[in-house]
Amino acid sequence: MKPKFAMYWAAACGGCEIAVLNIDEKVLDLDANFEVAFWPAAMDVKYKEVEAMEDESILVTLFNGGIRTDENEHMAKLLRRKSKLLVAFGSCANEGCIPGLANLGTRESIFDCAFDNPSTENPAHLRPQIACQVPEGVLTLPPLQAVVRTLDQVVEVDYHVPGCPPESHQIAAVLDVLIAVVKGEAELPPKGAVLGAGDTSVCDECPRSRDVKHIDKLSRIQELPVLDTEVCLLEQGLMCSGPATRSGCNSRCPNVGAPCIGCYGAAPGVLDQGARLMAAIASVIDAKEPEAIDRVLDGLPDPAGTFYRFSLAHSLLRANRAALAEQE
Amino acid sequence: MTDKTQQERAGEERIGVYVCHCGSNIAGVVNVEAVAKFAAEDLKDRGVVLARDYTFMCSVAGQELIEQDIHEQGLTRVVVAACSPHLHEKTFRNVCERSGINPYLSEMASIREHVAWVHTDKAAATAKAKAIVNGAVERVLKNEPLEAIRVPIDAATLVVGGGIAGLQAALEVAEAGYDVYLIEREASLGGHMAQFDKTFPTLDCAACILTPKMAAVGSHARIHLFTWSEVEKVEGFVGNYTVTVKKKPRYVDEDVCTGCGICVEKCPVMVVDENFEAGIGYRKAIYWPFAQAVPNLPVLDPDTCTYFIGGKGGCKACEIFCPTVPNSILFDQKEERVSLKVGNIILATGWDLFNARRIPQYGYGRLANVFTSLELERMCNAAGPTSGRVVLRDGQTAPKAVGIVHCVGSRDRNYNGYCSAICCMQSLKLAHLVKERTGAEVYNFYIDIRTPGKEYDEFYLRVMDEGVHFVRGKVAEVSDVPIAPSEEGGKLYVQVEDTLAGLQRRIPVDMVVLSAGLEPRHDSAEVGKTFGIACSTNGWFIEKHAKMDPIATMTEGVFVAGCAQGPKDIPASVSQGAAAAARVLSHIRQGELALEPIRASVLEEQCSGCRICNGLCPFNAISFVAERKVSEINAALCQGCGTCVAACPAGAIQGSGFSNEQVLAQIEGLLRDVAQPVTREPVTA
Repeated sequence: MKPKFAMYWAAACGGCEIAVLNIDEKVLDLDANFEVAFWPAAMDVKYKEVEAMEDESILVTLFNGGIRTDENEHMAKLLRRKSKLLVAFGSCANEGCIPGLANLGTRESIFDCAFDNPSTENPAHLRPQIACQVPEGVLTLPPLQAVVRTLDQVVEVDYHVPGCPPESHQIAAVLDVLIAVVKGEAELPPKGAVLGAGDTSVCDECPRSRDVKHIDKLSRIQELPVLDTEVCLLEQGLMCSGPATRSGCNSRCPNVGAPCIGCYGAAPGVLDQGARLMAAIASVIDAKEPEAIDRVLDGLPDPAGTFYRFSLAHSLLRANRAALAEQE
Repeated sequence: MTDKTQQERAGEERIGVYVCHCGSNIAGVVNVEAVAKFAAEDLKDRGVVLARDYTFMCSVAGQELIEQDIHEQGLTRVVVAACSPHLHEKTFRNVCERSGINPYLSEMASIREHVAWVHTDKAAATAKAKAIVNGAVERVLKNEPLEAIRVPIDAATLVVGGGIAGLQAALEVAEAGYDVYLIEREASLGGHMAQFDKTFPTLDCAACILTPKMAAVGSHARIHLFTWSEVEKVEGFVGNYTVTVKKKPRYVDEDVCTGCGICVEKCPVMVVDENFEAGIGYRKAIYWPFAQAVPNLPVLDPDTCTYFIGGKGGCKACEIFCPTVPNSILFDQKEERVSLKVGNIILATGWDLFNARRIPQYGYGRLANVFTSLELERMCNAAGPTSGRVVLRDGQTAPKAVGIVHCVGSRDRNYNGYCSAICCMQSLKLAHLVKERTGAEVYNFYIDIRTPGKEYDEFYLRVMDEGVHFVRGKVAEVSDVPIAPSEEGGKLYVQVEDTLAGLQRRIPVDMVVLSAGLEPRHDSAEVGKTFGIACSTNGWFIEKHAKMDPIATMTEGVFVAGCAQGPKDIPASVSQGAAAAARVLSHIRQGELALEPIRASVLEEQCSGCRICNGLCPFNAISFVAERKVSEINAALCQGCGTCVAACPAGAIQGSGFSNEQVLAQIEGLLRDVAQPVTREPVTA
C-alpha cells in the first residue's frame, strides 16, 4: 500500500496549488509513489472522511494558506492530527503573506474596506454574517478571526517550503526527497528544516553587478527612464528586497528587471525580514538632513506593505495591537 | 523566547546579583533591598543563587564581595545592577577575570542612569529596576565567553599637525627613543602660535618660547619631518597603521638647499600674504612663511610665480641666483606619495579663525579700520609687517582710541554657541599691548570676562589698573556714519548697550579689533573620516570621554591633542600634546595590546555579497572580497559599534557580545511583569 499524501488550501490565493501542477510530468511520480488521500482542489473528499481517518495515517500534508478563519484553524489542527509530517507550504502558511497584511487593521476595518469602498454599491452597509436564515434553512460561514496567523503559530510544523508560490523546480526537488525517503533511499531532513530553498539571499543568485550603495532616490520601475540590465536594481533606486530574502528562486524577478518583492521570506537565521530590510535600506540612504531623507522616503509610498509584504504575520510585530489582543 | 535551552542553562548556571546603592544616588529612589530580594527569591529558577545589595559596588570592598562569592559560592556568572556600563563595566569584568571567570560572563544593569536619575516615583522606579535586573539575568545566561584580541604595536608614531600641541607630542615620543613622523600642512612648523607676539598672562615673547621647540623637533634624530605635506589615506588598525602622505611640491630641493635666502631676495614678485601675515603683510612668490621657519627651506607658490604664470617661461630669477650646486630650484618637482608604517596616531590639527566677514554689522572687510585679533597680533609682532607698530590701515597713523570687541562669532546662536575659551585673555593681552605701544584709550566690549586660568584674573586686574575701559554689553554695530551733530566724520562708532550703566552708548574710536573665535578646521569632517574618528555637531573631534578620557578617541590608537579637540589655550594644548604622547608611549611599552573582543564578523556562507554594509563602517573595517563575492571585516579595525550588524539584511554579520539571542533574551526579561509571581516551572539542575 502506498503512503498517503494530502494537500490543503487555507487562507491563500490558490497559486500554490497551481505551482504544484506546474511540475508537469513530475506529478505522475507523485501519483506513482503516493495515494492521494485528501486534496480538495484536485478531488472530492469530505471533511468528515478526513475526520474518520486514523491519526497519523497520512504520511505528508502540504498545507498552504494562513489561518484566517475558524475553518482554517479546525483544518490545521485536524490535518496535524492525521499527518505524520505537516509541511507549511508557500508564503501564506509560513509567514502570512499578502493576507497577513490585513493584520495592520482590525476585523472591522477589513469589513469596512471590503464592503464599503468607493467601488462597491452597498447602501444598506450589509456585512457577511456567520449564520443567515433563508427559506431553505440556515446558511453559515466560518467566522473570520481577529488576525491572520501562520501555520506554526497554530500547530507544530515539521517542514517549511517558502515562496509565493514555491518555484516548480523546488517543489519537484522536495517531492524527490519525499519519494527517496519513501523508497528508503534517503533520511528525513531534520525537523524544522526549510526545504526547497537556498541558504543565502537572492543577491547570491542574482547575476547583476553590485557596488557600494548610496541611495539618493527611490523610484518605481515605471518612473525610471532607462533600466540598466547589468547593474544591481537597488543601486538604480528600485526598492529591491533581494538582499533580505532567502535564495532559491534563481533570482527570477531581478533577472528580468523587476525588483525582488521578498516572497521567499527571511534569510536563514533572520527573525524579522521586514525589520532587516528596513534597517538595511535606511543604512544606505544617502541623505543627512531630515528634509532630504524625507524626499528619498517619498519614493516609498507604502513602507509597511513594502518591507513586510509577505512576512508581517510572522514578524516580531505580528499585527495591530487591538486585533492581537482580541485574538488572544 | 525562554526556550528549553534557556531553562536548561538557568539550571546549570550559578548567577550572583549585586545591587549597588551608589550612596544615595540609587538607593534614594530605588528600594535596593527589594530589588535584591526580588532577584534572590523570584529569579531562583533563572539560576540566581544569591543576591546582595551594597553601598558602593565599585569600591574595593564591593569588588571583594563579588570575588569572595565567586570563590566560596562557585558563581559562574555575575550581574551588577549599578551605573551605566560605560562607567564600570570594565571594573566588574576585571573582578571576574581576577576570580577566574571569563570577564564577558558578567553583565551590568544600569539602574542609576536608566532608573534612579530619571524617575521620582519610588514604587515605579523599583519595579523598573527589577525589570532591568531581570533582563540582565536573562541576557547573562546567553553570554558567551570571549577572548581579547592581541595585536603587536609598531613603535613608530604619526603626529599630524606641527603647532604647539603636535610639537610637544612629537618631542615627548621621540625623547623616549621612538621614531616620530610629523606631518605639517604648511611649509613650516609653528602653527598659530608662531603668529603671535606675546602670550598671556606672562607676556612672554611667543617666538622666544616656541622656536626652541621647533628647532628641537627639526633637528631631532628620531623625528622625521614632512612639512608642506598632508595625510591622504590611513589603513590598518592600532599598532599597525599604514599611512599615505602626500608631499606637495615645494619646487625646492630639500636635500641641496642651504636656506641662504638669495632666491627670496631676488624674486621680483610681491603678493599679499593671506596666510601667515593674516592679509596685512607681503611675501614673495618664493618665500619663507616667517624668519625662523623650520625647516629652513623656502617654498615656491606656482600661482603667483611669473615663470609658472607665464606657462613656464621667463623670470627664473630664483634659479639664476641660486648658489648651490646642483641648483636647488626644481621647477619640475612633482607631488610625491610616501607610505609610512606607524602604530599610533596623534591628531593635533588645530583650528581656523572665525571669518569675521560673516557678521556684516561689525564692518570687517568693509570698514578699513576694523581689524581681526589675528591682524593685530601680526601688527604687534616685532617681526611682523609693521615691525611692531600699531597703526591704522594707512600704515602710518597710530590710533588714539581703540575698541576691542569680545565673543565675535562665539557664544552667539547665529554663529557658534560655544565659548572660544581664549578670546577674553587674548583681548586683555591685546588691550595691554595697544595701550603700551600707542597710549591710546582702549575699550573692551565684553559679555562676561572669563579668566579661569592660573594668574589670569590677576592679569585682568592689571589691565584694568592700566586704565583700559571695560564696557559690559554685546556690540550691536560698528559704523563710520556720524548720526549726531556732535559726531565727527572719519571715526568708527561702536554702538553698544552698556548693561551695567543701563544705557545705550555710542563710543567713537579710530580702530576696532574683533576678537574672532576659534572654529574647527574647515576640513575637519573629511580629516576625521580619513582617520576614522567622528566630529561633534560643532565640528571638533570627539574624545572618548569628555572628562575621563579627553585624549583618546573611539578609534583605538588615534589620539587628539590641542584645539582639534576643542578651543583651548597654549598651556592646555601643551598638556594635551604631552598627555597624548604618554598614552602612545604606554601602548608602545606594552608591546602588544589586548583589544575588546566585542567585534563584528561576517558569516561567509550566509553572505551574498549584496554590499549594503560596504559603505557604512565608520572605521573602514569592511572590505569586499571580489573573488569570493563576500564582504569581510577586519577584526582589529572593527570597534564593535554594531552599525553593520544592524544593517545586514541577511543576518550574515554577527556582533559578538550582542547576538540576537542575547538581545532578545534581555528584551524578554525586561518585558516580564515583575509585579506578578513567577509562573515558570522551577528548573531542576
